[in-house]
Parts: sequence; structure tokens; C-alpha cells
Amino acid sequence: MTDTSAPIVTADGTPLKKKLDQAMFRSRRNAFLLVAPLLAFIIASFIIPIVVLLTQGVYDSSFRKQMPTVATFVADWDGQGEPSEEMMQAALTDIVVGLTIDRSIPTKAAVRINREVSGATSMIKKLIRATGKWKIEYEGKEQRLSDVFRNMEDEDDSGVTLLDESERRAIGVTLAKAVIAQEAPVKAKMIKADKKWADIKYWQAMKVASKAASPAYLAAALDYNYSHDGEFQQRDEDRRIHVKLFWRTLEISLIVTLACLFLGYPIAYLLSTLSVRSSNLLLILVLLPFWTSLLVRTTAWIAMLQAQGVMNDLFVVFGLAADDDRFSLIYNKTGTLIAMTHILLPFMILPLYSVMKTIPPSYVRAAKSMGATNWTAFWRVYFPQSVAGIGAGALLVFILAIGYYITPALVGGQDGQMISNMIDFHMRKSLNWNLAAALGMVLLVFVLFLFWIYDRVVGIDNMKLG
Amino acid sequence: MKLKALLLTAAATSIAATASADITVVSWGGAYTKSQVEAYHKPYAAKTGTKIISEDYNGGLAEIKSQVEAGNVTWDIVDVEMSDAVAGCDQGLLERIDPSILPAGADGTAAADDFIPGTILDCAVANIVWSTVFAYDSTKMANAPKTIADFFDTSGFPGKRGLRKSAKANLEMALAADGVATADIYDVLETPEGVDRAFAKLDTIKGDVVWWEAGAQPPQLLADGEVAMTTAYNGRIFNAVASEDKPFEIVWDAQILDFDLWVIPKGAKNKDAAMDFLAFSTATEQLAAQASWISYGPARKSSAPLVGNYATKPDLAMGPQMPTSADNMATAIVNDFEFWADNGDELNERFNAWLAK
Repeated sequence: MTDTSAPIVTADGTPLKKKLDQAMFRSRRNAFLLVAPLLAFIIASFIIPIVVLLTQGVYDSSFRKQMPTVATFVADWDGQGEPSEEMMQAALTDIVVGLTIDRSIPTKAAVRINREVSGATSMIKKLIRATGKWKIEYEGKEQRLSDVFRNMEDEDDSGVTLLDESERRAIGVTLAKAVIAQEAPVKAKMIKADKKWADIKYWQAMKVASKAASPAYLAAALDYNYSHDGEFQQRDEDRRIHVKLFWRTLEISLIVTLACLFLGYPIAYLLSTLSVRSSNLLLILVLLPFWTSLLVRTTAWIAMLQAQGVMNDLFVVFGLAADDDRFSLIYNKTGTLIAMTHILLPFMILPLYSVMKTIPPSYVRAAKSMGATNWTAFWRVYFPQSVAGIGAGALLVFILAIGYYITPALVGGQDGQMISNMIDFHMRKSLNWNLAAALGMVLLVFVLFLFWIYDRVVGIDNMKLG
Repeated sequence: MKLKALLLTAAATSIAATASADITVVSWGGAYTKSQVEAYHKPYAAKTGTKIISEDYNGGLAEIKSQVEAGNVTWDIVDVEMSDAVAGCDQGLLERIDPSILPAGADGTAAADDFIPGTILDCAVANIVWSTVFAYDSTKMANAPKTIADFFDTSGFPGKRGLRKSAKANLEMALAADGVATADIYDVLETPEGVDRAFAKLDTIKGDVVWWEAGAQPPQLLADGEVAMTTAYNGRIFNAVASEDKPFEIVWDAQILDFDLWVIPKGAKNKDAAMDFLAFSTATEQLAAQASWISYGPARKSSAPLVGNYATKPDLAMGPQMPTSADNMATAIVNDFEFWADNGDELNERFNAWLAK
């Protein structure tokens, strides 16, 4: 009788369990090494940039660096009452130091404040212009401040500035002290340069801007104002836009997904039942637009749908529309829906087709032979087997649709715009990348939430791409 | 063998690209870039032997910002609108330009006096004056619109309207159409009531508007009959009329004057060559030469007397086509870039919300 408690060993005497673990480890390591390049690529080119950019939506320390004295001061300030001489001196110090280091620092800070309240740009620029004319004793001679700042940027022949940043900062601090000693009290002079300096709301805006980690941009992305005392107020009716666009994005994406399903299902069914020869031909017809540039397809829809376009001409010929009262099929939501449905249709047809091809026709025949009507055979036998394809196609189309922006931008007019168009606007036009990041973050959370619901309701395992 | 040859060619071209001091000049494309190629690039290349790579873009500072922040600036000199030149300088995205590199005018006037006041900035030098006007197709309008009020009058002048999809220019034109004197436009727009008034005026035509974004779109919208009238950059309409014989007419009432300026992104690889190109291209003769290719006014006063006829149609005088000609200037509005630097964020937000309503 053998001892069952002794471990099973391999030919060379090592326990089988250990040997197995080693083999498993090797194969896992090899598998990991095989995917490592892809993983590194995704982390470096996808995950890190996204995280870095999204961080901008909740973290913006630029104002603290540009106006450190003001930032420290307003942190302990209750946000009430008249701006004091001390506050004015803090602002003047930061502006003089900033200008000494790099003449764009105070205007950068101004752009940040201006996002909270309009008018800050000219408030700071007027002060820069006014102080530039002040004369100051520097390097043994009396000169205009603006000339002092300009000379800070003197370069040697190879284009390197003569003074490095820390040297200029030190000079700036000395200069600021000298300016304030010479010009104090500065409050009246600053208000004379621009009366907005006396207005408390600009100082409250600086308080908001001075918080590095702040929900200000996220609040703006949801049409709220984040005030200096940490409260959220909904924006004025005529400035609310983002929430409306999020809902519209959801609405358009759902309609496009459903339209793709209704149009794509019969085509996929036809493709899967035809002879190989004719189904290949049909598949090429499906794929041909898929291979055509997105811009070309969108522009083609403009030619088709515009007021003087092909469709409207046909409607007029057949008497469906009057010549001077044609249908508005483009530059509105209708245009966005039509063009997006067409462009995304292949993403629905292909997964459906690949699933339907694997459904044996004998099942439906068996159902019918046992007395099922055409409808029952389809609905009870065929359709449940195609659900995996529907799940894959619908998710694919929906996720692609929710981030669409070129097509809505070209054919969407005013009511066919989606949230991505607003992100694009803040990336390219207003250069408010922080708000764009905040909007992107809300969209990402929104999509992940929908994905979670999808997983709970349909189940991600029920998806089949082919 | 084939692969080896391909690699060698690729290596050779990449070496060539780094060795020569080519400069990359970025502008708005179409007829406008062509006018610059003819008036600036070709003579500059002939004079200095520098190779100029011309790239197109669609305005805005996004590309400059991303290049500067990534520390990899591939554009050397860019043609931007006034508001972007100011904003770019404010945000530290642009090199400062020493105005002493600008040559005196052909008549000997110092550059500082020769340029139109306010067109030499810390980080930018203007080359042209352009304007936003409105235009219509004369074969399709029974009676010709004369004033900006007619543009907003859809019962007297039926048909769709084309407008640029941005707050700028539209709000000014709306107020002018509502009876505000052109000199008071920005004072009125500074007040909340003024903004409400402008949006209320835009509301009256909102249902009939087709929005455009790129400068090439409005002439196309007119040609397709998509709109009866549209706002547009005056040079684009001129080009459609002069070189494509389109029956378009420009209405100069309440035109909005603006400038295009050269800027150099901070950290441009060929900064010195770009500065040299900037000084060359904004000299009297070059600006005058450009005006014979497109109907944008030169930014130097000394160029005006030298402006001749249209380059490809020698019997067409360019003078009257300029936004700056006396006849066209009567009710012009000069774009107030400081106003837009202050209020652009808020007004664009409101404009976008208004659009989506």
C-alpha cells in the first residue's frame, strides 16, 4: 500500500505542484512579456496623457505661482468689505515681480481671473500701462519701470538671457519694495489706473483662482458657479449650456444607436443568409463607405441634404415640397442624426453579421417544422441567438456616437451640436483647457456610468464581436 | 533592395530638413495664402535663398499653445487675428518683437508713424486690414439690400442668412442694425442691457441663420443658394467675384474692421530668420504687392498710393475694393480687441448657450 500523504513527484524528484507552478509562472511571464510592449505603449501614449490632461480640470496652481503674495493674502481673507491698502500693495508687488521675471506673467494671471469675472484682463493691463510710466532709481539712474522690465530680457549673442530666473526674481522683489516705498499709498493710484481695482468682486475672483485644487472648473462644467466662500450657485439661465448639451448628446447617441439597429439588422440578416458570392458583393457595398474618409462622407451628405441639394430637388419634383419652402434637412439636429447614422452603420452591421453567420439555419427550420409561425420562429429561436451581436454593435455605436464631433460641427447647425463640440471650442478657440478637461472628465464618468448600467442590465459577457 | 533605397532617401531628406534654415510660414489658406506667396514668399526666397514652407490653419491659438507647451515649436511665423495676437502675447505664447527691425516706409516715414496706429504690438506686427462685411447674390435678390438693417429684415428681404458661429462681429452688427451709432457700439455692448439688446436683435433672425466657421464657407453658401445673404471676409467675396465671376455684391455698411498680424511662437526654431521674414514682408512694397492679389488693405499708409490693379485682371483697380477706402469707411466699426479680451469668455459662453436654446 502506497503512502497517499507523500507528494507526487516528477521524474527528477521535485514535487509536481512546485514544477507546475514553475511552468505556470514561465508561461505567465512569457505572456506578459509578449503584451508588455503594447502595455507600455498604452500607458505612455494613452493613460498618462489622459490623466495629465484630466488633472487640469481639478488642479490649477498657475495663479498661485503668478501672484503668490495675493494668493497668500486672500487665503485668510473673509471676502468682505473694501479692498485695503495692504491688498493693493500685495497685488502691485506680484505684478512688479512678475513683470521683472517675464513680462507675460501678470497677463497670464489676468486671463485666469477673467474666467471668473469679466473685465480682469483690462484691469491688470491698465495698471501695467500706468505703472510702466512711473520712474524709479535703478542701477544708479532714474528710468521708467517699463524700460527696466524690458532690459531684464536682454540676451547675449547666443540668445541666452543675461540674468537667470532666480536673479530676476531677487531684483523684482527689491524693485517692488522700492516702488511701494516711493509710491505708497498706492490704493488711490491703482484705482485711478482702473476703477475695477476698487470692486470687491475682482478680489473674490482672485480668491477663487488662488485655490490650486478646486472644483471651480467642474462646477462650470455643470453650469454652476463656485463662489469665493465655497458655495455653488447655479448660473444665470442665459449662460447655462453644458447640462443641456450632455442630455442632448445622450439623446442623439441613443437615437443613432436605435436607428443603426433597425437599419442594420435586416442587412446583416440578408448578408448572413445569401450565397457567399452575393453576400461578398453586398459586404463590399457595406464596407465601401466604411473605407471612405469621414469628411468626404459628411460633405457628401451636405450636397445631398442642403436646401438646393439632391433630396430637396427630388421632393420638389415629386410635389412633396414647395420650391420656395424646402425642408431643412441639414445644419440642424436632423442633419446630425442622418449623417451620424450613416457613418456609424457599418459598426452595427459587422458585429451583427459575424454573430448571425454562426447561427445554424437548421434551428429555425426545426422550429417551423414543429409548427412555429414565421414570427415565433424568429422571435423565440433566431433573435435570442443574435442578441450577443446586438449588444456588441449597440455598445460600439453608442460609445463612438457619444464622442462624435466632426460631423455635428459640419452639419449640426445650432441645435445639432454635442458636448464634444463644446470641448473642442474650449480646446481650440477659448484656450480654456482646464474647463475642457473638466467637461471631458464629466463625459468620461458619464460614459463609465452608462457602461456599468449596461453591464448590470445586459451583461458585458453577453457581448460578442465575432 | 527597395527597402534600403527607401530608408536612404528618408535619411537624406531628414538630414536636409535639419541642415537648411527653412522657415515654416502658417496662414489661412486659399486666396489669402496665395496672395502672401506671391507678394512675400516668392520675392523673399529669391532674395535670400531661404526655402519657405507654407502651411494652412484655421485660426486660433490652440496649435501655438500646444507647440509651446510641448517645447516643440515647428511653426516659425503665423498670421493671426488681432484678438489672438493680444491673447497670445498675454499668455506668454509669443516672442516679443523689437519694432526697430521694421524698415522705414518707401517715402521715408519711420515705421512707427507709417503703420496704422495700434498695429505694431509687443508681440505682433500687422500686415493687412480686413473686414467682416455682408454680401448677397445680385441675381437672386429682387431689390438690393443697402444697410445692415436690411440684413436683419427677413420680411423685406426674404431668405436665409449666413453668420459666423461666434459672438464677435455678430453682436456688433446686431446693435448697428438696431440703430446704435457705429461709434457707440462698444459702449452699449459694455452694459448688460446692451448685450440683451444685441441678442434680442439676433433672435429676430435666429430661425433663418446658417452658421459658418471657415472663411471659405460663405461664398460657397451664396453660390449654392443656401443663403440669400451672408456675412463674410471681404477678400473671400472679392475673390469669388474677381476670379470666379460670381454675381456677388458687398454691402459695406457697418463693416467690422480688423487686422491680421504676424506673430512668432515662443521658442520658434528659426526665430531670427522669421524676424527677418517679418521685417521684409511688412515693408511698403510687399504690402502694396499683396493688395494686388486680394482686397485686403495694407497696414502701412505708405503702401496705399502704390496699390495697383488686380494681378490677374489688369483693368480692375484694387483701390475701391479696399475696406479702408473712404467710401467704404463711412460707417465702419473698428474691432475693439480690449473689449473682447475682457468680455470674450462671458459673451461666447452666452452666445453658445443662446445657440443651443
